[in-house]
Amino acid sequence: MMSFMKGRVLVVDDDTALAEMLGIVLRGEGFEPSFVADGDKALAAFRESKPDLVLLDLMLPGRDGIEVCRLIRAESGVPIVMLTAKSDTVDVVVGLESGADDYIVKPFKPKELVARIRARLRRSEEPAPEQLTIGDLVIDVAGHSVKRDGQSIALTPLEFDLLVALARKPWQVFTREVLLEQVWGYRHAADTRLVNVHVQRLRSKVEKDPERPEIVVTVRGVGYKAGPS
Amino acid sequence: MTGDSAASAPGGSGSRPGRPVGRATAGARFRRLFEGGLLQGGAKGSPVLRLFLRWMRRPLLPVMRLWRRNIQLRVVATTLLMSLGVVLLLGFVVIGQVRNGLLDAKVRASQSQATGGFAVAKQKADEAVGGTGGGTGAGTGAADGTSTPDGRQSQNVIQWMSDLVTSLASGGAGAFDVATLPVGDDSGGGRSPRGSGNVDPASSVPADLRERVNSGTTAAQSYTRIVYYNGKESQPALVIGKQVNDPNGRPYELYYLFPLTQEEKSLSLVKGTLATAGLFVVVLLGAIAWLVVRQVVTPVRMAAGIAERLSAGRLQERMKVTGEDDIARLGEAFNKMAQNLQVKIQQMEDLSRMQRRFVSDVSHELRTPLTTVRMAADVIHEAREDFDPVTARSAELLADQLDRFESLLADLLEISRFDAGAAALEAEPIDLREVVRRVVSGAEPLAERKGTRIRVVGDQQPVVAEADARRVERVLRNLVVNAVEHGDGKDVVVKLAAAGGAVAVAVRDYGVGLKPGEATRVFSRFWRADPARARTTGGTGLGLSIALEDARLHGGWLQAWGEPGGGSQFRLTLPRTADEPLRGSPIPLEPKDSRRNRGLDDAGLPRGGEEKRATVPVQHSGAQVPALPPRTSVAPGLATVTPAADPTALPGNGTGTRVVPRPAGGVRRPGDRTAESPAPDTNAARPDTAQPGDPTEPGEEFRGR
Repeated sequence: MMSFMKGRVLVVDDDTALAEMLGIVLRGEGFEPSFVADGDKALAAFRESKPDLVLLDLMLPGRDGIEVCRLIRAESGVPIVMLTAKSDTVDVVVGLESGADDYIVKPFKPKELVARIRARLRRSEEPAPEQLTIGDLVIDVAGHSVKRDGQSIALTPLEFDLLVALARKPWQVFTREVLLEQVWGYRHAADTRLVNVHVQRLRSKVEKDPERPEIVVTVRGVGYKAGPS
Repeated sequence: MTGDSAASAPGGSGSRPGRPVGRATAGARFRRLFEGGLLQGGAKGSPVLRLFLRWMRRPLLPVMRLWRRNIQLRVVATTLLMSLGVVLLLGFVVIGQVRNGLLDAKVRASQSQATGGFAVAKQKADEAVGGTGGGTGAGTGAADGTSTPDGRQSQNVIQWMSDLVTSLASGGAGAFDVATLPVGDDSGGGRSPRGSGNVDPASSVPADLRERVNSGTTAAQSYTRIVYYNGKESQPALVIGKQVNDPNGRPYELYYLFPLTQEEKSLSLVKGTLATAGLFVVVLLGAIAWLVVRQVVTPVRMAAGIAERLSAGRLQERMKVTGEDDIARLGEAFNKMAQNLQVKIQQMEDLSRMQRRFVSDVSHELRTPLTTVRMAADVIHEAREDFDPVTARSAELLADQLDRFESLLADLLEISRFDAGAAALEAEPIDLREVVRRVVSGAEPLAERKGTRIRVVGDQQPVVAEADARRVERVLRNLVVNAVEHGDGKDVVVKLAAAGGAVAVAVRDYGVGLKPGEATRVFSRFWRADPARARTTGGTGLGLSIALEDARLHGGWLQAWGEPGGGSQFRLTLPRTADEPLRGSPIPLEPKDSRRNRGLDDAGLPRGGEEKRATVPVQHSGAQVPALPPRTSVAPGLATVTPAADPTALPGNGTGTRVVPRPAGGVRRPGDRTAESPAPDTNAARPDTAQPGDPTEPGEEFRGR
């Protein structure tokens, strides 16, 4: 549990009351929060504080959350959790497509938020050395690297987790619900769009032809599985 | 009748063996028609007649349809008919006048000619008489005729008459003929019929004219046809006759026959000309009408086509406007209307977008402070053990009511999203068993608290449908939680089935049930079955309304059935593929273990019947959900008794199921929004299992998209 104590969380939110409340809760749970209220200053604050996780409100003055998310994702694979008041399809999907790993809909309970943050930070625990293959990819789990023909492919931690989960059991078809539990750490059913969007993002990085996936194969009506090695 | 009978006589059968048989059957048919229709009264015959009429009318139907639908055809046909009438009338008038004009001149000329002739005849007779008396010898034969005896006298008159006819006729040079006829049968004395130019006097002079001539001494005239002896074609003529005396003082009839050949020729020329002209006029008028109507109809048809396209949603369609005439004004008005419609629709769309935007913004604006309050309340709630009892309890209330507030807000926003039409369906093939499993496991803690067991039936085979898993799960969670909350601790049965392009999940409870009419109202917003109960159970009062909207969004049905004290069943039916219309549900809305289906009359049961019901033996066979067993008596294997899809439950192919039209008016509550049903087939017959008219019928509801 000590690893959580050092969890630095950047809170990007313009609502000072909520930011302060988030600070209280996060500190209570042993995180180190830092705050920024303006979308334009978010990237600078991110570079300065080097957080382990970003809590990002979608509606911000200046640059909006989607834009900030895209900018952060462009230079880092740090877990991003969106705070959104809108659970409507479009907002959530746009947020996820712009690079957020997960989202949480306001109003949320503090425990829910903390559980979500912990799930995203969980992977900072030391993994056992392990080498996996999926399709023509070689995955070094401990070294957090994916290589095709010696060329390494940059993945965010979440995408890496997703790929590892599929590669560990290539014989198994994963339903979206199972993936949500294994990769995102949801114990109860959640939004399966999370899986869809991230599978798309993952495919765009690892597939030769994302239109005809060979690494992450869709099993219609059920879910996904690893492609044949 | 008799003719038909005769036709069937063996006489004709030798040469043509096929015919008599056919005639015979036709005769028999007619006889039957007669006997059925006329002899036994119209009631029996009328269907045959009607059939006959229909048979007669069938080939005319396309023509009639064309007539009804094509204004151009109608106008042209009417114009043709009316112009034909006018031309005919005109022709008759013109021909009549021409004939009158031609004849008037002829008649006048003829009359003077005849009058002269009659005078000459009289004069000659007088001369003959005078010659005999005076002995001047002017009349050669006639002079001695008078002194001779009768035979000779007659001879003289015969000659005299022939001479008279010849001399009278010679004056006309072929322009007329002269004929004489005896008065009555008095043909003696040379007064036998004779005529000039081979005229047959007896046939050429009409009888009525002769009567008129004989009844007076004045001249009379008539029209007739001259008949000739030598086979010359008869021709129309004017005949003028007068009774004249011969030299012996005996009367005879003298006729002038004026042929009207020339006049008839002129008349037929006029007729021919008129007919040709009339035909041309009629045809030309028809063509003109066609052209004129086309000028008007073409823009109208164009307008109709464009109106159709407008109503199909192509709002930018406009009519082409040329000129400044009425058609152009129609076009302009039409375009103005289309423009206004487009603007209004645009405004409505903008409004709807604004509304959606507003809801979204309100959602955000409300939720952010609510999040802060929520988190603060939770922090306080966590620390309540350090507070004094009053503050601690306050913290608890605060947290609880914030939960309620939150779910209320969430439901309100969801409903307003439906109202704004902003709800979108994300359908993909899902296995409903998975959803049911999740829902049941989610409801387990509540069921345990209530002492309820949730059983799932019919989950042996996959129940796959194209649906939005999130929405279906929300609907089912709502139904299951409701069933558990209102189930009085008795079993809740979740039944799945798939058949005939539809899948269904029914949630059955054995609790207080629904009073008649309540099955309609359970879907109303903020409706509560029992105001007293409502305070203990949570829920926003919007759950079923949202569930109904969710079902509609899928093109599915959410329906409720219940009987007082006998529990209730909520059935969600979804089409297997998203764009397929529903025809029926694999599960009957009224469960087989309903009181009525088990043959138990409410009235016959003592008041404590609810408890006894469980022990009543099941009277139905095989595929029957066991009737409300007490919790302890539920056999573990019972679930497998019921097949996954009960085909007999589909409308129309099972016992106890009937196809009834969906009540059109009674279903929709007045409080329903009018915009709730964009589907055009809301009033279409919808098969279901209801049996209307039963006085003990429990409240039932048919709901759908």
